[in-house]
Amino acid sequence: MSGYEPIRKVVSGNYAAAYAARDARVQVVAAYPITPQTSIIEKIAEFIANGETEIEYVPVESEHSAMAACIGASATGARAFTATSAQGLALMHEMLHWASGARLPIVMVDVNRAMAPPWSVWDDQTDSLAQRDTGWMQFYAENNQEVYDGVLMAFKVAETVNLPAMIIESAFILSHTYDIVEMIPQELVDEFLPPRKPLYDLADFSRPFSVGALGTPNDYYEFRYKIAKAMEEAVKVIKDVGREFGERFGRDYGSMIELYRTDDAEFVFLGLGSLMGTVKQAVDVLRSEGYKVGAAKVRWFRPFPKEEIHDLAKEVEGIAVLDRNYSFGMEGILFTETKGALYGTDAQPVMKNYIVGLGGRDFTVNDIRNIAKDMVKTMEKGETSGESLWYHLKRG
Amino acid sequence: MGTLFEQKSAARKITLRSIEEYPEAPVSLETTLSNFTGDWRTFIPVIDDGKCVKCYICWKFCPEPAIYIREDGYVGIDYDYCKGCGICANECPTKAITMEKEEK
Repeated sequence: MSGYEPIRKVVSGNYAAAYAARDARVQVVAAYPITPQTSIIEKIAEFIANGETEIEYVPVESEHSAMAACIGASATGARAFTATSAQGLALMHEMLHWASGARLPIVMVDVNRAMAPPWSVWDDQTDSLAQRDTGWMQFYAENNQEVYDGVLMAFKVAETVNLPAMIIESAFILSHTYDIVEMIPQELVDEFLPPRKPLYDLADFSRPFSVGALGTPNDYYEFRYKIAKAMEEAVKVIKDVGREFGERFGRDYGSMIELYRTDDAEFVFLGLGSLMGTVKQAVDVLRSEGYKVGAAKVRWFRPFPKEEIHDLAKEVEGIAVLDRNYSFGMEGILFTETKGALYGTDAQPVMKNYIVGLGGRDFTVNDIRNIAKDMVKTMEKGETSGESLWYHLKRG
Repeated sequence: MGTLFEQKSAARKITLRSIEEYPEAPVSLETTLSNFTGDWRTFIPVIDDGKCVKCYICWKFCPEPAIYIREDGYVGIDYDYCKGCGICANECPTKAITMEKEEK
C-alpha cells in the first residue's frame, strides 16, 4: 500500500457514486431521474454547475434514451456513465444489449429497487438480476466505500475487456445512508485509470466504416463468441485490477468472492450486496454462541465466479444461499447459479435457499440466527432442499 | 458504384473464414460498399433501350442508387448493388424496364 492521504467524506452511497464518476474523469453523462437513484445525477449536475468537472451532461426524456445517448458517446471513444433503478433499468433493457453487443465500456450504477407492481422504492435485487443475460458485468457493493471503489475499478475492467459494467447498490440502505468514504486524490486516480483507448475510432474519416450494421447468419455467431471470450477474460482482469487497487489504495478486491470467517466453518451464508454486511455482523454473534459459520459475499455476479464458488464449496458442509430476489417458476437466482456452478464437480455441500428482504423487508441479525438454526436442521438431514424457504412469510 | 455515371466500386467482398479474422466489435471492415447487396436479388431488371426515352425517372427513384447514365445517354444498372426491388420498372412511363426471374 502506498502511503497516500485519502480524502475522507461522510457521504451517501449515491454521492459516493457521483464522486467516483467525477474522479474517473467521465466525459459524458446521460441520465433520467428515478427514485432512489436521482441524487447520483443531481450531485453530478452540481459538480458541473460548480465548475468542478468537464462532464458533458445530456438531459434525455427516458432511460432508454439515456442508455442510447451513452452508447453514442461511448462509440465515439468517450468515457460514459449513467445511473438508474428498477423500472428505469427495465426500460433500458434493449439498449443494454446494444451496449455490450457493440463492445462499449459504459459504466452504470443501478440502485437496486423492487419492481412494480405493487409500487415500491425499496431494496430488492430482482431488477439487476433480470438483466443477467445482457452481457453486462455486475458488481454488488456492500457499503458506500465499495460503491466508490467499484465505479473506479469498473471503468478499468470495462475498458480492458470492452464490455459494459453495472455497479449495484441497495436502495436507501446504501443510496441514502451516510457513511465515511475514503476518496482517492485525483492524481492517484489518474495513475490507476488512464484515458480510455477505444477499440475503434469513429472520427477517423480517412477510414470510414459502419457500426451497428447487419450481421447475417454467416457472421452473427462469431461476434457472440467474442463476447463470451471477453467475459471469460474479465475473470482474470477483475482479479488483477482488484489486486492493483489494493496495492495502490489499501483495499484489496483481488477475489470475486469475499470470504469472512469461513476457514473452519461448517456452513456459510452466501449472498450479494448490502445484506452481507448484516450477515458478517451476525456471523460474529453466532460464532460467540458456538455456531461454526462464515459469510461469503459474491462481489461479481457477472462474470460468475465459478472457480471461487467451487473452492469454497469443497471446504464447507453446507451453503445457505440468501436471495433478495426471486425468479418465478424456479427459485432465488443466486441459488440457481451456485448450484449450476457446482454441478458435476467433486463439491456437493448441502444447500438451501432462503428468500429474504424482498421489497425492502427488514433483514436483521436475529433473522440470520433463525436461518442458522434451520440450516443446522437441514444439514442433519444431509440433503439439499429443493424448495426455497420464504423466510419472512406471515403464517397465521 | 456510380450514382450518376458508370464507375465501378473499388470495394471488395469480404468473407471472414476464421474467428481470428473477425474484428473484436461488430463493425464493418470497410464502407458499406463492401456489402454487395446484389446478392439479395430474386428478380432482375432488364432494360429495353428501344423503349427508353432518357427521362431518367428510374435513376431518380432507385433507392440504392444502382442506376447510372451510360455514355450514350441511356441508363445502365449496377448489378453488384441492385436488390431487384422493381421500383424502376414500376416508375418507368414507357415500360422500358421489365423484371425477370433471375436464375443463379
